[in-house]
Amino acid sequence: MTSKHREISIAEFFEKNKHILGYSNPSKALITCVREAVDNSLDACEEAGILPDILVKITRTGENVFRIVVEDNGPGIEKEHIPRVFGKLLYGSRFHAIKQSRGQQGIGISSAVLYAQITTGKPTTVISKTEGGTACRFEIMIDTKKNEPEIMSFEETEWFSPHGTRIELEIKGSYVKERKQSVYEYLKETSVVNPHARITFITPDGEIHEFRRITSEPPVPPVEIKPHPHGIEIGPLIAMLKTTKARELRGFLKNEFVRIGDRISEEIIQKSGLDSRADPRSLTREDAEKLLNAFRLTDLLPPPVDCLSPIGDRLIMKSLMEGYSPEFVYAVTRKPRVYSGHPFLVEAGIAYGGEIKEDKITLLRFANKIPLLYQQSGCALTQAVVSVNWKNYGLQQSKNELPVAPAVILVHVASTNVPYVSESKEAVSGIPEIMEEVRLALQECGRRLKEYVERKKTIQKRKKKEEELLKIIPLLARKISEVVEKDPVDHEKVIARIMGKVYITRSTDNGKAVVEICNFSSSRKRFRIYEMCEGGINGERIAKWDVEVEPKETVRIEYEFSGKHINVKPLVEGIENELIAGAEVVRFGSGAEGTESSA
Amino acid sequence: MDLEQKALRALLDIAESIYNQLRDGVVPEIEISSRTKYNIEFDEQSEVWVYGDRTSTRSAKTLKGAYMLLRMAYVMGFLRDQLKVNRSSTLRELYYISENWGLAKFDEQSDSDRLIEDLEILTAFQREHFHIRPEEDGATVVGPIKIREETRRGVREIHCQDDVGEGGYQIPVNVDRLEFVEHDAKFVIAIETGGMRDRLIENGFDENFDAIIVHLKGQPARSTRRLLKRMNTELGLPVVVFTDGDPWSYRIYASVAYGSIKSAHLSEYLATPSAMFIGIRPSDIVKYKLPADKLSEQDIRALNAILTDPRFDTDFWKGEVKLQLELGKKSEQQALAKYGLDYVTDVYLPEKLSELGVLRT
Repeated sequence: MTSKHREISIAEFFEKNKHILGYSNPSKALITCVREAVDNSLDACEEAGILPDILVKITRTGENVFRIVVEDNGPGIEKEHIPRVFGKLLYGSRFHAIKQSRGQQGIGISSAVLYAQITTGKPTTVISKTEGGTACRFEIMIDTKKNEPEIMSFEETEWFSPHGTRIELEIKGSYVKERKQSVYEYLKETSVVNPHARITFITPDGEIHEFRRITSEPPVPPVEIKPHPHGIEIGPLIAMLKTTKARELRGFLKNEFVRIGDRISEEIIQKSGLDSRADPRSLTREDAEKLLNAFRLTDLLPPPVDCLSPIGDRLIMKSLMEGYSPEFVYAVTRKPRVYSGHPFLVEAGIAYGGEIKEDKITLLRFANKIPLLYQQSGCALTQAVVSVNWKNYGLQQSKNELPVAPAVILVHVASTNVPYVSESKEAVSGIPEIMEEVRLALQECGRRLKEYVERKKTIQKRKKKEEELLKIIPLLARKISEVVEKDPVDHEKVIARIMGKVYITRSTDNGKAVVEICNFSSSRKRFRIYEMCEGGINGERIAKWDVEVEPKETVRIEYEFSGKHINVKPLVEGIENELIAGAEVVRFGSGAEGTESSA
Repeated sequence: MDLEQKALRALLDIAESIYNQLRDGVVPEIEISSRTKYNIEFDEQSEVWVYGDRTSTRSAKTLKGAYMLLRMAYVMGFLRDQLKVNRSSTLRELYYISENWGLAKFDEQSDSDRLIEDLEILTAFQREHFHIRPEEDGATVVGPIKIREETRRGVREIHCQDDVGEGGYQIPVNVDRLEFVEHDAKFVIAIETGGMRDRLIENGFDENFDAIIVHLKGQPARSTRRLLKRMNTELGLPVVVFTDGDPWSYRIYASVAYGSIKSAHLSEYLATPSAMFIGIRPSDIVKYKLPADKLSEQDIRALNAILTDPRFDTDFWKGEVKLQLELGKKSEQQALAKYGLDYVTDVYLPEKLSELGVLRT
């Protein structure tokens, strides 16, 4: 850029290039505004260790005009920062920080403010309150020539919340439902990867959707790290050289980067041919390029990876369970890896069957916990899913297509620098290291799914067999009794044996009864048996026995009775119906009177 | 008690045992000789192959076993009723009767046939004792022998040359009811294919050589095998078997001479241990330069199976089968027509029968 060119305002530039930032059409613009506000809320809560409670409310205020309200219980923003956070593009605390965060460029929320201003001419209202402070209410617009906030009004006000931020803006847009690209879908997917958040969504039609919080454990906030020499580009490097507090080049390297100590610092400077005592601020663009080249020639330890904040395999499974009610769920969190000096990690999950009825797979893509709703086919994460041979895992798949199954597949990549295809952060580009990790994670999910499906098949087969046996054995008993011309033989005991149940029979002879309990199951069973007689048993109307039978064991209870039995079959308590044959399951509770004996 | 009553008693004993097992809460099962080539052994006394000691258990624990027991119960019920009123039915009729048995219905006739065989093995009676008959098989006899048969229209005496047409005398289902009145035969020749049987008759082989020609019609029915056995033991006639030169035909010979694997429980009753194999032998293919076809993959598999079949465990068969595998060829009986229509009766058979000592010149 030479001095002859007029330096155009960034705000003005974005006004002309709003499509880059996700405002290319009215429905997308609406989603983008919600997304920028919600991302900010989640990031702020995460940094402060607060469990997010977010309200999103959209109301129709005119023909294609909507008012968006996003309210959170975050830490709030200091009064003096508010105008710039919302009214200046490329302002933000996160721009130079090397850590995993949702927003990265610092153009997010202010772009929404700008979009509101362009389409409806109305200012954005912000209320924010920090712990113990007073709530401040601003009406903000952006001076697009200067890229500076214009405060239309300010007042201190009352707010019920102890801390938090509320943003209200009015935009021209279009509200769509029941589509992959919708506010609802965005919030649902956001809730899947933010199980610690509670999100309430009130639609323009007045419907209330609540995405529940399913864990009260906030994620560990990502740790900020210094840049890794292999991950830095020329622009940021020049900026760092200009702003460093270090007086000498060697100190600059040591202080501003990870993995550089005295020895490495000397080695890099030697390779660059620069003076180790040079003032960083005095270095030219060529010098910076020499330095960058020296970085590339030097072997370095990879960057530390503890700066990443995964969702975690358990929580992904829980979230998928909550969001989709599948019959099977599995998730993997891979170990962090590094590409070009940037730490990253991949997570994948699969939810299968159950309430998921559609045979077309639903693919959920996430980058740093942001749902990626657009450009599915152009995204490397999609390519990675397609490149897995799902036939190996029992799913149908045509060449170069997503598998066909009633399933939801989730892929999340977390990194200090997610390699987006464009500024609108809608698709990830195909970095080989990332692709490989995604594939490995998905393959593990696939293996588990296959195991599950096969186990299910075996169980179904067994169940089917048992059901069929249940039909055949009684027929056999009836027919064989007819052939030998004897009393119909009781088949229940044989069925109990085949099905692994507890079988109980009572035989009576002249005032004496014998109750036999055979345990055909593979575990010890403990329960209570009741018998009732008109004339009493051992002097009582109701008799009860607590029994304990080992597998394959038979226990006998003998008693004397008078009169007729009141209960047709022995009554049992404390065992499930499916586990017993030849007796009736009852629930008396512990209050039943009667003689107590031990068998 | 007559045989039918004893057979019925034996059937009801099986039913009783299933009933008792159910009553005692035991999963019902029955044990039956396993019917594979690994469970047949040579009986020194009768010189035939019978089932060994290996048994398999059919238990209601498995679906297959449960179905088998259920079907067996229905079949036993049916046989009991049939014996009580002195009726009989064919194997095919039994299969169709099972249409009314709901879940106990047979899927195909081979299943019901097999179950009747199971009952034969379990009871040591034959299906005839249960009043179950096979279909007429249509195998025929031509030769210098007079047979007395009790038919539904009275007793008939039939001379199998003078009283029959070209088709010959048709072997009835119950061969034990036949009586051999008189004969001028020197030997019996059993022939696999209809074409070769017709050739021998057209050439007057039965008259020229005093031979009884029995048409096997492929794998021979029990009645055909029983007839051969009776002619052999009661009339003292040597039996020779003339088939195609392929593994399936060797099995035909084996079932005549040694007893079949499927019905080894009846070997003593059906097998003719002294029956001799004429050919076509693999060595004939070489010796007579017979036109031959390439062995198919199934043929090769069947030949290899023969090598592990205990009935064929002789030097003769091992040598012939190995030779055939080397040649990779098989020939039909009618391949002999290469040398003219009379070659088989003028040259091949006289040569072979002399070798076997059946013809003395």
